[in-house]
Amino acid sequence: MIALAVRGLTKRFGDIVANDHIDLDVAQGEIHGLLGENGAGKSVLSSCIYGLYRPDSGRIFLWGKEVHITSPFDAIRLGIGMVHQHLMLVPHLSVWENIVLGREPRRGIQVDRKKVLRDIEKLFEETGFQLDLSEEIANLPVGVRQQVEILKVLFRGADILILDEPTAVLTPQEVDQLLATLRRLKAQGKTIIFISHKLKEVFALCDRVTVLRRGKKVGTLPIGEATPEILAEMMVGRRVFFEFPKERVEKGGVLLTLREVSTNPPGVPLKGISFDVRSGEILGIAGVEGNGQSELVEVLVGLRRPKGGAVLFQGKDITHSSPKERIRLGIAHVPEDRHRLGVILDFSIWENLVLGFETEPPFRKGWITLNLQAIRSFARQKIREFEITVPHENVPLRTLSGGNQQKVVVARELAFEPSLLVACQPTRGLDVAATEYLRNLLLAARRKGKAVLLISADLDEIRALSDRVLVMYEGKIVGELAPESDEYQFGLLMGGKGFDEAGVASSS
Amino acid sequence: MKRGLRLPLEVFAVGLAFLFGMLVLLVAGYPPLQALFALFRGAFGTRNALGQTLTQATPILFTSLAFLLGFRSGIFNIGVEGQFLVGAFVAALSGIFIRGLSFPVHALLALFLGGLGGAIYALFPALLKVYLGAHEVITTMMLSYVALYLTSYFVNYPLKAPGWVAQTELVASSARLPRILPPTQLSLAFPIAIGFAFLVFWFLERTVPGFSIKAVGMNPEASESRGIPVRKYQVLAFVLSGFIAGIGGGGEILGVHGRFVDGFSPGYGWDGIAVSLVGRLHPLGCIFASVLFGMLRAGGMVMTRVTKVPLDLSLIIQALVILFVAAPFFIRYLGGLLRRRRML
Ligand SMILES: Nc1ncnc2c1ncn2[C@@H]1O[C@H](COP(=O)(O)OP(=O)(O)O)[C@@H](O)[C@H]1O
Ligand SMILES: [Mg+2]
Repeated sequence: MIALAVRGLTKRFGDIVANDHIDLDVAQGEIHGLLGENGAGKSVLSSCIYGLYRPDSGRIFLWGKEVHITSPFDAIRLGIGMVHQHLMLVPHLSVWENIVLGREPRRGIQVDRKKVLRDIEKLFEETGFQLDLSEEIANLPVGVRQQVEILKVLFRGADILILDEPTAVLTPQEVDQLLATLRRLKAQGKTIIFISHKLKEVFALCDRVTVLRRGKKVGTLPIGEATPEILAEMMVGRRVFFEFPKERVEKGGVLLTLREVSTNPPGVPLKGISFDVRSGEILGIAGVEGNGQSELVEVLVGLRRPKGGAVLFQGKDITHSSPKERIRLGIAHVPEDRHRLGVILDFSIWENLVLGFETEPPFRKGWITLNLQAIRSFARQKIREFEITVPHENVPLRTLSGGNQQKVVVARELAFEPSLLVACQPTRGLDVAATEYLRNLLLAARRKGKAVLLISADLDEIRALSDRVLVMYEGKIVGELAPESDEYQFGLLMGGKGFDEAGVASSS
Repeated sequence: MKRGLRLPLEVFAVGLAFLFGMLVLLVAGYPPLQALFALFRGAFGTRNALGQTLTQATPILFTSLAFLLGFRSGIFNIGVEGQFLVGAFVAALSGIFIRGLSFPVHALLALFLGGLGGAIYALFPALLKVYLGAHEVITTMMLSYVALYLTSYFVNYPLKAPGWVAQTELVASSARLPRILPPTQLSLAFPIAIGFAFLVFWFLERTVPGFSIKAVGMNPEASESRGIPVRKYQVLAFVLSGFIAGIGGGGEILGVHGRFVDGFSPGYGWDGIAVSLVGRLHPLGCIFASVLFGMLRAGGMVMTRVTKVPLDLSLIIQALVILFVAAPFFIRYLGGLLRRRRML
């Protein structure tokens, strides 16, 4: 039975056609993936179904009957619930208060607390959730908050759940948990629309998948008939290569050496980190996030003073060099959190492209004047070279998509032929096309004989690109693996189980 | 996006402030149109009026530029008043005690020393902030009062000129900034202030330190990671801010009063904060905003004389302008900052 059917739905914003005659059929009890690159129109489509936007034309059917949803209230009444990309909970209320907010059973003017708790307990039994109801939302990790958000929707009696990119804010472990939850809800007979631009999740979860591209529906497939290649091509509109053919590159000499580097808190303390990076190689650092990777990078780029040990670059001791000196020596950095460390959102593209190089000729002429002409032509050249899609170099960086912002960072970092590139989570949050583009850039850097230190929580990325992989756990390097090693071995090391003692827990 | 729309929008907000002000008048039982007319005539109607308006605008143009420069580096220098007073005091002393120099040299030197005084006075809170983490809002505010009472002490006791009034001797005539629109008090300080507005504009938009100061103000962490020495540029911005405030104080003494008179500043430093927000934290915007405020001050006095409308009305309009133009902008600006903080 078809739970939800959409016919010819069109939604325009000015000149932009966000949804162009979309047809969609979602069967009862299925998990239906809605896949598409950023800006494909996924959020707009779900917002139309949920009554947040009024479509310009098109019809929506629920259980075979046409419905007119003009507000989220209508949608909730009809049994449609939505979990938004950005969680919408009240941080200083407890879990149960958030769940019942706006739908409190009352006794007089008082909330009937007993009945509420009974109702939630019943919901827990049906759906298999386990949460401490009295905990304040502000104290909970994002993954748990999201469960609360889902519970809230269920509490309102939703049979059809729409989740808009629910995994974007989660750690890998939380993602696994979420997928398990959704499978459980499906077993309960709920119908789920799961929005994502990540292929892996769609394959792990969905029964069928509908792909949108630039506001148009490209097609719907049962997951059994889909492959990553097919779906990626549908999303991007051309073939996308998942295999990154690594040419043989002659490795050069040792470029960077870490010797017994250790640090103090705040942050995860590093405990005696030692390794070498050679020219022409990509050294991957794998590990569950929060095991000292960020601290290691801060030491490398000069944002954190080590307590002990030494950092050598081209044979020179740079342990105590400033960030500026390191930039001048040719160490480039694509930071993990680009909004915090990589860019200035209110600066324009050209200002961001030159950031950190403004002191160097030809961008500086004379004592203190900026050479705007040189800077702008440099910016325009980078925009062309890196295919950054912007109207011109003067627009604020804030207005760019994540992929284009990241391209600005990478364009700048690679601008002056650095010999070492420290790349942290370089493709996080990017869509398929931008991810492919950036991975190819890293390989191109390697081909040119640069050294790349790739820090990523995405094991597939690390294994696809690296020549060697080190695994970090609780501030230590716990082992080195070849990228071809199987996932199980990586898993053991990432969980802190030593190499030689595989199977024997080496830590608490 | 549509940049052309921005200026009229501000003008609209100012118009709205006037409209509300007149409404207040009407409610209070005064003839609003007549009062408004008197206000404009008193601000621009005659050579005298214009001179008064621009004279009033001069010190607040300096102080608004000073505040702006600190703000752009992420520093909330609300002690502009203190640096302004120190600058005025040092300029007065230089005018009185340095002898044997002839006109342009003596005046410019006194003015420069005034700026230097303001700069040094700003250096303390800058160092306290950068090295000890003392918040500049607290330190600069306290230092403002220190400056106020200290200068007041000097002109009341050791440096008091004979007579009833708490003031110093006159500065040497070679140290005076000449009047440029006699018989009004408008002096060379005004074109110097305008020059400074363009200088600050040039500095922020066309120079390496200006670029770095803006970068540090908008995202200190990214600046640090791109090799921009954050502390150095915060200190620089603070000191330059104090320098401009000090020049402003000096200009007021050497151009208008000719001596340091106790209590000569009705709070020009504080006004500068509001003016710089009304000017959208843009140096050229500050020119318009300070002339607007100068007009309200100068015109307000005439209005009171002619129509018996209390001077408070022009203060009400001032407050309304701040409310309509500066407050929404400021709230949005702070909102942006906070949002950025939360994203970290
Ligand atoms: N409220 C809006 N106003 C104008 N344009 C919008 C609005 N919401 C979305 N768009 C545009 O519609 C297109 C589809 O956006 P969206 O559905 O959010 O994409 P996604 O598939 O990443 O969720 C984009 O080009 C976006 O810029
Ligand atoms: Mg979306």
